[in-house]
Amino acid sequence: MYVAVKGGEAAIEAAHGWLAEARRGDPSVPALSPDQVREQLSLAVARVMAEGSLYDEELAALAIKQARGDLIEAIFLVRAYRTTLPRFGAARPVDTARMRPIRRVSATFKDAPGGQVLGPTFDYTHRLIDFALAAEGEPPVAREAAARAEATPHILDFLGKDGLIQQEAPTEETPPDLTRQPLELPASRPLRLQALTRGDEGFMLGMAYSTQRGYGRNHPFVGELRIGMVAVELDIPELGFAIEVAEVMVTECETVNQFAGSKTEPPQFTRGYGLVFGQSERKAISMALVDRALRWRELGEENVGAPAQDEEFVLYHSDNIQGTGFVEHIKLPHYVDFQSELELIRKIRADAMREAAE
Amino acid sequence: MTGPADIEPRRAWLSLLAKAPAASLARLWAKAGPAPAHEVLRRPEIGAVMARGRAGGSGAPFNLGEITVTRAAVRLETGEEGHGYVQGRDKAKALTAALIDALMQTAAAPRLREAVLDPLAAEMTAAAEARARKAAATKVEFFTMVRGEAE
Repeated sequence: MYVAVKGGEAAIEAAHGWLAEARRGDPSVPALSPDQVREQLSLAVARVMAEGSLYDEELAALAIKQARGDLIEAIFLVRAYRTTLPRFGAARPVDTARMRPIRRVSATFKDAPGGQVLGPTFDYTHRLIDFALAAEGEPPVAREAAARAEATPHILDFLGKDGLIQQEAPTEETPPDLTRQPLELPASRPLRLQALTRGDEGFMLGMAYSTQRGYGRNHPFVGELRIGMVAVELDIPELGFAIEVAEVMVTECETVNQFAGSKTEPPQFTRGYGLVFGQSERKAISMALVDRALRWRELGEENVGAPAQDEEFVLYHSDNIQGTGFVEHIKLPHYVDFQSELELIRKIRADAMREAAE
Repeated sequence: MTGPADIEPRRAWLSLLAKAPAASLARLWAKAGPAPAHEVLRRPEIGAVMARGRAGGSGAPFNLGEITVTRAAVRLETGEEGHGYVQGRDKAKALTAALIDALMQTAAAPRLREAVLDPLAAEMTAAAEARARKAAATKVEFFTMVRGEAE
């Protein structure tokens, strides 16, 4: 029997009123604008866009403000908003080789054409709290140098030319979409990549780290990590041609991993792939490691029972909105469920005590 | 019928308008003069476009995530139809893009190119160039350390 219990409206209203006041904080401190969030907390905005699976900086910034900085709550808000939007279509795949990167590094080739471009990175900072940031100051100005005009080729193309690395053959198949169809296993690589790119950064990091520590080791090098803007081309039916409908920042990570070969092919390097909205390199590297671990079957590797090789485990637990929904729902009223548990334990205890007495 | 040669300029201005900063477009459009008489064929509508990537950068397509896009369509009194598909959720931007698309098919095209499209393109190119110059300043120059062994 399901027993509905009413009540609590006034308490809920008061709680939401307090939430609004708490969100604003001390009124003597200036209010935070979504523009400030977008401009000055841009990596939080990037994470909300990637895991909210919707590229819209203004919306993500507003969601972060509304969520009081709780990024998973902000992602939840963005996901909910996304479901209200009609879909105009699917774009052509972005061409990351045409990107003019703001950052591009390789751990495998020092002298690749285009060079090592550090970009606005935390790497090589000392991780000391900068107390000067607490004071108002002149806006800092970045140094400039003569820009590279030509496109920056993918570094792994050089290994590909010699057949030293497994090739990614282009296909034009329409990929499955887990926002439209329920996730079914075994999942194709395109479906896995969609789940990984919108998956929780912390979960992905933990999974990736576990492969490095020995749970499904795959010996990765970062062949290339690049961040930059790419154009998104959409075919417009009423026009009969495609236009660049948007420009988005993405982070791409290609890993070079240890070998696979077969009776027909000599041993060659294998690859893992990460592509994420925004400047999100921790996530992109993690995604590439997890992608590579999940490819054990198609690469003819042994399943050593590592968590990162377990497609069902990874794909069903990577989504932080599903996760937080299920984990957090146990705090909501379960009075009737618990009442029956209580009756059961009383009966078991009474039986046990009677038996002991006999 | 329009051939590929006719498509390219239109494709270029529609792409420029789609990616343009909404505030810059609004400012230039306001300066360019009053909107021509027109009928709205499609009221501005906010939606999403699914962006895709390719496995390994060049392989099978996969869904990367959606992008907000707003679209609108107009017809001028003189009959030209204009379509606006723009990034983001700015309805005014979509309507402006549709009006400019329609006007670019009329004798007003050179004036609009000069007043709106060229300054917009210049601003966006300047922003991209500034980013590229800052990236270039962070390019690593390696020095080879000569080892101690004699030749």
